[in-house]
Amino acid sequence: MGRAYILQGRIGGREVEQLQVGDVVYITGEIFTMRDQAHLKALEILRGGGSLPFDLQGGVIYHCGPLVKGGKVVSAGPTTSMRMERSEGEIIARTGARCIIGKGGMGPGTLSALSSHCAVYTEYPGGAGALAARSVVGIREVHWRELGDPEAVWVLEVEGFGPCFVTMDSHGRTLRDAIKKGEQ
Amino acid sequence: MRPEDIAEAIRIMETDLPPDVEAALARCLDEEEGISREVLGAILENVRIAREGGVPMCQDTGSLVFFVGAKGCCDEICRIIKEGVAMATEAVPLRANIVDPFSRRNTGNNLGRGNPMIHLEPSPDGMVRIGILAKGAGSENVSAATMLDPDQSVAGIKEFVLQTIRKAGAKPCPPIIAGVGVGGSLDEAALLSKRALMRRLDEPTEDAFAAHLEVELLREINSLRIGPMGFGGKNTALAVRLEAADCHTASLPVAVSIQCWALRRIFLEAEGDRVAIRR
Repeated sequence: MGRAYILQGRIGGREVEQLQVGDVVYITGEIFTMRDQAHLKALEILRGGGSLPFDLQGGVIYHCGPLVKGGKVVSAGPTTSMRMERSEGEIIARTGARCIIGKGGMGPGTLSALSSHCAVYTEYPGGAGALAARSVVGIREVHWRELGDPEAVWVLEVEGFGPCFVTMDSHGRTLRDAIKKGEQ
Repeated sequence: MRPEDIAEAIRIMETDLPPDVEAALARCLDEEEGISREVLGAILENVRIAREGGVPMCQDTGSLVFFVGAKGCCDEICRIIKEGVAMATEAVPLRANIVDPFSRRNTGNNLGRGNPMIHLEPSPDGMVRIGILAKGAGSENVSAATMLDPDQSVAGIKEFVLQTIRKAGAKPCPPIIAGVGVGGSLDEAALLSKRALMRRLDEPTEDAFAAHLEVELLREINSLRIGPMGFGGKNTALAVRLEAADCHTASLPVAVSIQCWALRRIFLEAEGDRVAIRR
């Protein structure tokens, strides 16, 4: 089994470098939900020379469309990350995000960006939305609600959010390759 | 039957996993180790939290599919179902999942053109029977249908099912349930594959050949060793449920509806004012 780490607040390159596939991460601080439409919108703005209404430098992107009711997060598990593969590398490069949380793994474009920009991809157990919501302390902000609630960017305050399994690290390794080779 | 009955059935379905599915997941936990075991532990804990807290187990509360058996005109039943879905979206609550396919604009209440999906079939008696399935998109997105040539036969059916599941990999939140539809037409095979998910995992299959195929497919799917959440292991699928229909002599349609571990289904039976909920 891997080692367990707690990531708190904005994440630096050194913290990411020490993480290896198979490690488990628990996150305290703020995370930004971003899925299909938010990735497209962010890239449109950034490519046009604009800036985002939120700061992802050293931040955590969560592939999630939370179920929110009355200002409270009811259920908030991960969505399938591979749909964001076409955008993720550029998102990491342009925003400086250090950690992605999702499920199901990502592809070569993301893996290469994780190495070049010292970031990490982690996975939360898929479908465990009720469990995940228990680590969400509150909603700090919401952006782009016009995209529809599942697609909006929710800035969530979380405490000990995990287990997030490191499945793609900043050293070019992926957990599923390691499993196939019998290393894990 | 009233919209309130539909909304109540949806609430139970979204917050309480059917016992046959939970039992199958618990059996997997005993067989796995490492990260695969840890994620299954988290999944089972999640199921308990959802039940005790009365909250949806997954934030993707799905597209809602209704299988209705009733006599005569179904306008009234369809109206009740739609009203019940809008009611459940507020009360359970459900995530608003339905959007325009082009503009991606969200309708806000899980209603829309063609939504919820309602499949009607005639019923032999006065009883109205409604099966409800909440289908998440992570698993629906990796489902597939194909038109085989008849000479591809059973070997071709198995290869298509295995190829679909191999390609899906970790995306649909395994361990999955594979609903397989064989025969009919392109649309009928797809519908059969979805209807197959309404059968209990521990319910015996009447047709001997279908039963045999289910057992073989499950063994071969699990030999892919995709494992819980794609972290490797013995349990890639909890069950295979197969439904067949006769087809054109030139065709062999096959569809696979892949279902995540959170198989959320429930049944309503109504006769006059009496409404019963069944798991």
